Amino acid sequence: MNEATIATPITPKQHTELVDEKLVRLYFITALIFLATSMLAGLLMAMQLIRHNPLRGIEFFSPGRWRMLHTNAVAYGFLANGFLGALHWAIPRLTLQPVLDKRLSWLIYAAWQGVVGATAVGLLLGEAQALEWGETPVWIDPVAQLGLLLVAINFMTPIARMKGPMYVTLWYFLAAFVWTFLTYAMGNFIPEYVVGGTAAGAVGGLFIHDLVGLFVTPLGWGLMYYFVPILLKKPIWSHGLSLVGFWGLAFFYPLQGIHHFLYTPIPMFLQYGAVVSTIAVELVVTTVVINFFGTLWGNAGVVKTNMPIRWFYTGMIYYFLTCLQCSFQVTLTFQKIIHFSDWVVGHAHMVMFGVFSMWIMGIMLYLYPRMLNRPWASPKLLEWHYWLSTLGVGFMAADLILLGVFQGWSWAALEPWDASTDFSYPFWVLRVFAGLAMFGGLLAFLQNIWLTTRAAAADRLAQKS
Amino acid sequence: MFESKSGILYVAGLGFFALAFVSNALVPALMYRNIPEKTVAELVTPNLRYQFEDLARRFPESFKAVWGEAPEAEAENQKWWDEKCAEALEYGHKVYVAEGCWHCHSQFVRPVANEEERFGPVSRSWEYQNRLQRPVLFGTRRVGPDLSREGGRRSNDWHAVHFFRPLDLSAASPMPEYPWFFEGSPDKPNKRGLAMMTYVQWLGSWLESYPYYEAYSPSALKKPETENTDASDSQDNAADASADQEPQ
Repeated sequence: MNEATIATPITPKQHTELVDEKLVRLYFITALIFLATSMLAGLLMAMQLIRHNPLRGIEFFSPGRWRMLHTNAVAYGFLANGFLGALHWAIPRLTLQPVLDKRLSWLIYAAWQGVVGATAVGLLLGEAQALEWGETPVWIDPVAQLGLLLVAINFMTPIARMKGPMYVTLWYFLAAFVWTFLTYAMGNFIPEYVVGGTAAGAVGGLFIHDLVGLFVTPLGWGLMYYFVPILLKKPIWSHGLSLVGFWGLAFFYPLQGIHHFLYTPIPMFLQYGAVVSTIAVELVVTTVVINFFGTLWGNAGVVKTNMPIRWFYTGMIYYFLTCLQCSFQVTLTFQKIIHFSDWVVGHAHMVMFGVFSMWIMGIMLYLYPRMLNRPWASPKLLEWHYWLSTLGVGFMAADLILLGVFQGWSWAALEPWDASTDFSYPFWVLRVFAGLAMFGGLLAFLQNIWLTTRAAAADRLAQKS
Repeated sequence: MFESKSGILYVAGLGFFALAFVSNALVPALMYRNIPEKTVAELVTPNLRYQFEDLARRFPESFKAVWGEAPEAEAENQKWWDEKCAEALEYGHKVYVAEGCWHCHSQFVRPVANEEERFGPVSRSWEYQNRLQRPVLFGTRRVGPDLSREGGRRSNDWHAVHFFRPLDLSAASPMPEYPWFFEGSPDKPNKRGLAMMTYVQWLGSWLESYPYYEAYSPSALKKPETENTDASDSQDNAADASADQEPQ
């Protein structure tokens, strides 16, 4: 059934019944607008660090507030919208069932943009909640929670209605809808209203971590399990490894949140538990990466010509590097030095941009021309997009990770605090340029979308006349 | 089970999440359930009251404009100061969160990497059992130093100038400036400015060691240019910094 779904071409009529292409495109464009916003916010903070903030002293452009907008716009504006767009394509086609209600889909789209927009305005007006990556003002949290419930209902219905065994992708999706809902509820309500202090720290750690591990990661891998075999026109290498990957992630990932707060007053035995399960999950994800490279084996040449595959596998290499890095940085030995430093910032960029943004970009690259029925207007701009993004994030991560080690040593050596910001300066300058490269890549992509959309519109006009 | 809808939904989706929640969140919550959570009013200590009254002495007009004047009668007078102090503290916390201060300043001292030398006593659980740690402000990044023992180390004048324009006091500081805490100059803090100073002076005020000064003497770091030194001197004079100089 799985292979059959992938191999049998679906007739256009069936496809139009299943997928609302207009909505998918709208989700993608919205996602990219939020990504651009987020990058500009990051740029503002980066300019502040090198003391060249052009907007200093203006309350609504305070770098501290825009820093929160930076991370929130990526999580809820870019990743969530990008994933929702891709899910509206993948789930109906994989289950051969439409979503519960197409009007509900549009309502969710509108409501979610309301949530993200209100979050941005709330943050800029100074209404943040003291929860990292969940700074969404408390009065928006219930609306976002309701939105996540509707998303789950809308997408879980076709999965529930589907007959026969489920393909790997749907294991990840099914679990992700439950996990995202629970994670958001746990993180945004419990540390605010139920427990405080150190216990709230443990919950906050779980929240930051589960947002990556139980919302972004399963949706990302689920989509990879869907798109990679389609593009390579062959099944996933090993079903056994797929099982290990999914169940290993499901068991170990939720247990790790406290590793964000090592050496805090949170009980030490819980910290050890988080460290051990983190190292365990790194072994598990290695099996997933092996599975995907096994699938590519024999076809590696396609990365030169097949752009989506190139983005996907670049993301997987970054994923492997991130996880390898993580299995070291999570140890108490590394934590002594690198915690609180730019090492962590480098790590975060490598995961969120180097992996998941790359995957979403690859999906957009594949689906966008298909939906417009026209190839990309400029292959050259595609190359610029790829190379600026890939090298930009690699450079940024390397720069910040190295800087983090220096910062940690300087602090531990009891140098005056100013020493650490002094020698960080050149690294922070390089980071600005790396960020500008990534932003340049995005601009190349946006221009390509614009050119392609315009050409497609011209095609349609020519057909009519 | 491993590939079925119910297996994934109930075991992976709900079961494993619940297991993690019970072991990683419920366990610490139960462990600390006997440490009472302090209200904001209970956080007003003599240390903090001293700093709050100091704000009233240093910025009399600003203070009066925001909090009014204390009643004459002794009993009411004390109650008034305590209430206003708690109010300022709570509002300062809101501003601290809103401005994202906690993304560049942590609030916990670790038992490793010589942090005890630099910042002061290692953080303990009971210190976080209060309303202003809901959600907890541990933080995950230090562009600037940890602040959990910052209170009392520097004078209110220092903080006023520093919030207004950090570069005047710290030659290479990447910290943003916060002129919206003031009505045009550092000697005229508004409600946000006064509240922020109250909040920062509160940090660590619950400890015996308050104010905790660094246990090491700064090594010879190249001094800021003379131009900057002049600027900070004149600011200090303007704000009447006779007492309570920065310990260096």
